[in-house]
Amino acid sequence: MTDSWTVAGRTFNSRLIVGTGKYKDYEQNAAAARASGAEIVTVAVRRVNLTDPNQPMLMDYVKQDEFTYLPNTAGCFTGEDAVRTLRLAREAGGWNLVKLEVLSDPKTLYPDMEETLRSLKLLVKDGFDVMVYCSDDPVYAKKLEEAGACAIMPLGAPIGSGLGIQNKVTLRIIIENAKVPVLVDAGVGTASDAAAGMELGCDAILMNSAIAEAKDPVRMAVAMKHAVIAGREAYLAGRMPKKLYADPSSPLAGLI
Amino acid sequence: MTKILLNGTESDVAAANVLALVEGLGIDPRKVAVERNLEIVPKSAYLNTPLEDGDRLEIVHFVGGGN
Repeated sequence: MTDSWTVAGRTFNSRLIVGTGKYKDYEQNAAAARASGAEIVTVAVRRVNLTDPNQPMLMDYVKQDEFTYLPNTAGCFTGEDAVRTLRLAREAGGWNLVKLEVLSDPKTLYPDMEETLRSLKLLVKDGFDVMVYCSDDPVYAKKLEEAGACAIMPLGAPIGSGLGIQNKVTLRIIIENAKVPVLVDAGVGTASDAAAGMELGCDAILMNSAIAEAKDPVRMAVAMKHAVIAGREAYLAGRMPKKLYADPSSPLAGLI
Repeated sequence: MTKILLNGTESDVAAANVLALVEGLGIDPRKVAVERNLEIVPKSAYLNTPLEDGDRLEIVHFVGGGN
C-alpha cells in the first residue's frame, strides 16, 4: 500500500524530511539520512572555504542521486538575503523547490512572518516553488498559501529546542484549512513527538536536531522513520474516542 | 593582478575571468555557484565573465544545515 504525498508536482513516499546540520561528520550524516528513509534533505548555502578547498563536501556524502536537496535560507534575516541565497542555490544545483525561512530573534529563532510573506512574494515572482517555515498562526498560514506557498511548515516548538509539539490546536486548524501540504517543521525531540505530529494529520515532518543530537543518531533516525509511519497510520485509522471512565474489553455476559 | 573582494576577503588575483579563478582555486565548478557584484554568474558564462578591480565575488556551495 503506497501512501505518498505531493508537493509542487513532486511525489514522495517518505513523510520524513531530515536536516543535514549538527552531525559529527558527513559520513554519520549520510548514514542517519539513509536510516531515516527520508527522500528529501535540507541543505544550507555557504561560502566555500577557499583556504582549504579539499575539505569534505556534503555532496560527496549525502548524494543527490539518493536524496532530493531542499535548499533553505537558514540564517537569513531579510527578504533580500533569502532571495539572494536561493538564487545561488538554484544556480549551484538547478533546484526550484526551496525552503524559505526568515528569522527574527536569534534567541528564539522565531520566524519574522511579515518579512517571510514579503520574501515569499519575491521568490514566487522569480519562479521558485517555495515551502515556507512559519509560526503556528492560522491567519498567517492562510496568507502564505494565498501568496503562492507550495507548502506550509509551521513550527512545533522553537528550532533545536526538542520540546515537542506545543500547540496542537493551532496546528490542527492550519492543517484543516490548508489546500497545500502542511509539514511540522522544528520542535521534535523524540519519536513520540513525531508520531504526535503525524497524528494531527500533517503531510510530513521535518527535523534535524532530534536525530543529530541523539546519542546514537543512526538509531534515532530509525526510530523517527517508524514514528512517522506509526503516526500517519494512526491518523488514517482514526483513533477511538476518549472516555472519562473505564470500558471493559472482555464481555460482561457469561461470567462464572 | 586584479584586486577583488573574494568571499569577503580582499584578494589580488591573476585570473582574468571567473573560470580561471574557480579552476585556479582548485574548485570543481560543478559543485559551486558564483555571484559577481550581487549578480549570479551562470556556469556557461564563467569564461566570458572578466574580473575587474573592485569586483565582489562570492563562491558558495551546499553545506549541512537544517533550520
